[in-house]
Amino acid sequence: MNRRGFRFDLGWRALVLAVVGFILIQVLMWLRVINPYWQQIGCLAGITAISALGLNLVYGYTGQFSLGHAAFYGIGAYGAALLTRTLGGNIWTMMLGILVGAVLAGLVAFAIGLPILRLRSDYLAIATLGFGIIMKVLFDNSDAVFPMMGGAAGMTGIARLTNFTWVFVVALGAVMVLRNLVFSSVGRALISVREDELAAEAVGINTTKYKTLGFVVGCMYAGVAGALYAHLYAYLNPANFDFLKSIDVLLVVVIGGLGSISGTLVAAIGWTFLLEGLRVALPASVQDWRMVIYPLVMVIFMLVRPGGIFAGTEFSFLKPREYRRKR
Amino acid sequence: MSGSGQTRETLTESDPALLEVRGLTKKFGGLVAVNDFSMKVVKDELVGLIGPNGAGKTTVFNLITGMYGATSGSILFQGMRISGKKPFQVYQLGIARTFQNIRLFRQLSVLDNVRVAYHHRGEAGVVHSVLRSPKFRREEKRVTDRAMEFLSILGLEQRRDALARNLPYGEQRRLEIARALVAGPKLLLLDEPAAGMNPFEVGRLMELIRSVKEQFKLTVFLIEHQMRVVMGVCERVVVMEFGEIIAKGKPEQVQQDPKVIEAYLGTDEP
Amino acid sequence: MTYFLQQLINGLQLGFVYALIALGYTMVYGIVRLINFAHGDVFMIGAYLGFFAMANWHLPFPVAIVVAMVGCAALGIFIERIAYKPLRNAPRISALITAMGVSLFIENFTNLNFMFGPAPRAYPRPFAIRTFDLGGVSISNIQIIVFTVSILLMVALSLFVSRTKIGRAMRAVSLDKDTARLMGVNVDTMISVTFGIGSALAGAGGVLYGIAYPQIQPLMGIMPGLKAFVAAVLGGIGIIPGAMLGAVIMGVVETFTSAYVSSTLRDAVAFGILILVLLVRPTGLLGKSLSEKV
Repeated sequence: MNRRGFRFDLGWRALVLAVVGFILIQVLMWLRVINPYWQQIGCLAGITAISALGLNLVYGYTGQFSLGHAAFYGIGAYGAALLTRTLGGNIWTMMLGILVGAVLAGLVAFAIGLPILRLRSDYLAIATLGFGIIMKVLFDNSDAVFPMMGGAAGMTGIARLTNFTWVFVVALGAVMVLRNLVFSSVGRALISVREDELAAEAVGINTTKYKTLGFVVGCMYAGVAGALYAHLYAYLNPANFDFLKSIDVLLVVVIGGLGSISGTLVAAIGWTFLLEGLRVALPASVQDWRMVIYPLVMVIFMLVRPGGIFAGTEFSFLKPREYRRKR
Repeated sequence: MSGSGQTRETLTESDPALLEVRGLTKKFGGLVAVNDFSMKVVKDELVGLIGPNGAGKTTVFNLITGMYGATSGSILFQGMRISGKKPFQVYQLGIARTFQNIRLFRQLSVLDNVRVAYHHRGEAGVVHSVLRSPKFRREEKRVTDRAMEFLSILGLEQRRDALARNLPYGEQRRLEIARALVAGPKLLLLDEPAAGMNPFEVGRLMELIRSVKEQFKLTVFLIEHQMRVVMGVCERVVVMEFGEIIAKGKPEQVQQDPKVIEAYLGTDEP
Repeated sequence: MTYFLQQLINGLQLGFVYALIALGYTMVYGIVRLINFAHGDVFMIGAYLGFFAMANWHLPFPVAIVVAMVGCAALGIFIERIAYKPLRNAPRISALITAMGVSLFIENFTNLNFMFGPAPRAYPRPFAIRTFDLGGVSISNIQIIVFTVSILLMVALSLFVSRTKIGRAMRAVSLDKDTARLMGVNVDTMISVTFGIGSALAGAGGVLYGIAYPQIQPLMGIMPGLKAFVAAVLGGIGIIPGAMLGAVIMGVVETFTSAYVSSTLRDAVAFGILILVLLVRPTGLLGKSLSEKV
């Protein structure tokens, strides 16, 4: 308790786990046990996790129902891709691209959040859904302003810079930041807004400020994820950022459990690998059934475990010490 | 149980006011919930606001704390106009409240419920929180110690890690009071603090209100239905009916007032 | 001016189809507070039922509408019973995710080759198209049918909800389930009836959409479904006349944007208007503003 200095940490147990996991995966990749195809799926899982952590902050912790998360993912993706295509793709422009993706998504979130975060629950959902569809239309017509973005035909020529190391490091950072944020006075203020907005105001919480804060930071996560995504497949299409994509992320957050970092991580990885696993496991003749099985899993899951896998709890290695006591 | 047992003389509205309400009116559409409501609360007083159901008592609290905007009239706290301020600003100026139908942060722990309410006095900010800086840890410790102090006063220190929603009713009421006290308000508004309590709990609650009032030099303004509480703790009472004040004075006087008896005491109180 | 009137008629045609879908959304939301995302897919199934009734079973057009309505009502009730009812006391988000799951399931299942298949199909026209010229503005018999059928159905719905015992019971349940239950209303039955009626209207909307924009495919319900929902919110969700008003506005705005601005921007304009309306009147055009009780 009394150690001095900064402790930008996750607790040593979580860090050890992360490092061991990373080395293990690197070795398996080096031994070719994990082939490049599964590496790419692993990257996608990590990117989904980053984006879903952001939505969990917005919805799970702050209680602001957003159906437009994919729009911010798209803003980050296009922003970063435009940057690396203009400046050339290398490790430095990639870092800058991630930063630009985050900042752009955050700025747009701030501009749109100020007016619409006054709306409550379902109305906010509809407004964000509307915003998502507007952004999709703008991406579709983007070539009119930025020919490089390619409009509905998609954007090509993006450097393939994202690899497992990038995704892992960024995702680890994302978990650390979120974990330290939610287990702090700021996190308590955010959760109080979710629990009872009026009571939060009554105990001195500036709810407008915290709703905006949660929304902007959450959307910045989407921007970061988008930047990584853009440089994973080296191709962007507006269809990747439509309404269904927002639903996908929401699904990961709800299946994992609202207000649980552990849940979001498990669900993002599990869900991505389930979808891809079905692709590999099913014979070619019934491939089409994959798209039928996954909504069924979704419905059955909700009927069996409506609170999600983790339902507001965490792996104990993610909790600060004082939160580890029994409740 | 008669009187409030204090030694000094009862304060009156001629003393300098901590809270002053002038001509406060609130309309919801065509319904006039509060009409031309004027009163003062003097420092160190314990004033009760009573009246039949639907008289507009809670609306007055909501207007004072900024949860509703007034249709007309003004509210002054320590001589400063607070009408038009947002609820969180009113709280930060030193007016805390509890709710008639307990509003805790149900998924937060008991400790966190209280710590949230000390937020503006001990916030390290996003950057310090993320970096777990020394400032963050210092603030967290300060906030935690302060919250624990109030949990002990309310007898809840053993429950610090329980989720608020898992507490029994009486403890939830006490937690709400701890939450309202933690930031050291000057004026405490209690909305039916004894609602749903059994006679034994009511007795303890009255004891508690008196002792925290003395200990923290609080001024208390409370809404209450139970005559026993009103007569037991209040030094002065304001009676409302249909959004208007129909009587003011010491509890014993008000109890004799024919208008009050007709409006309230005579009809739905034993 | 003629061009304007012509576009207005086209916009109204689209708006009336949206209205038939929006009514189901608004009724269901009013009674169980659920955004029933599968509703757009019920609309699609209605279009296919009408298609089969006319093209395969050679039934006349009015019978095809009835087939679609009955089939969709049954489907709507079935979905509610198996997917939504078990979640009535669960967190609202679970029901919403389930609704999305049901929606995706219907879309992807009907997209399979042994079902409807992904290929678009041309809708049968029960009669030759005739257009009538009204001083430069033309109106087709299809448009007249769309207007007539939708208006008839909406009038019937309004009368049903306001005049019949079941209609009153439905309104009671949407106001307060517990009190309605105490008053002897069978809440489960009323919820089923609501899903049934809403789905039947969407089914009729599907057939009208089919004859008006003569091509159907399994994903056709997504966008009209979303827009109809937006229309319901625009008018004030839970309010039946609001849904009709919102839907007509959506249809007209969309058509005008296509005609005067750009067809690629029409969705952006429609949703932009939605956001603006919500900011000015958060409960919709006809919604009552409610402040939270403390």
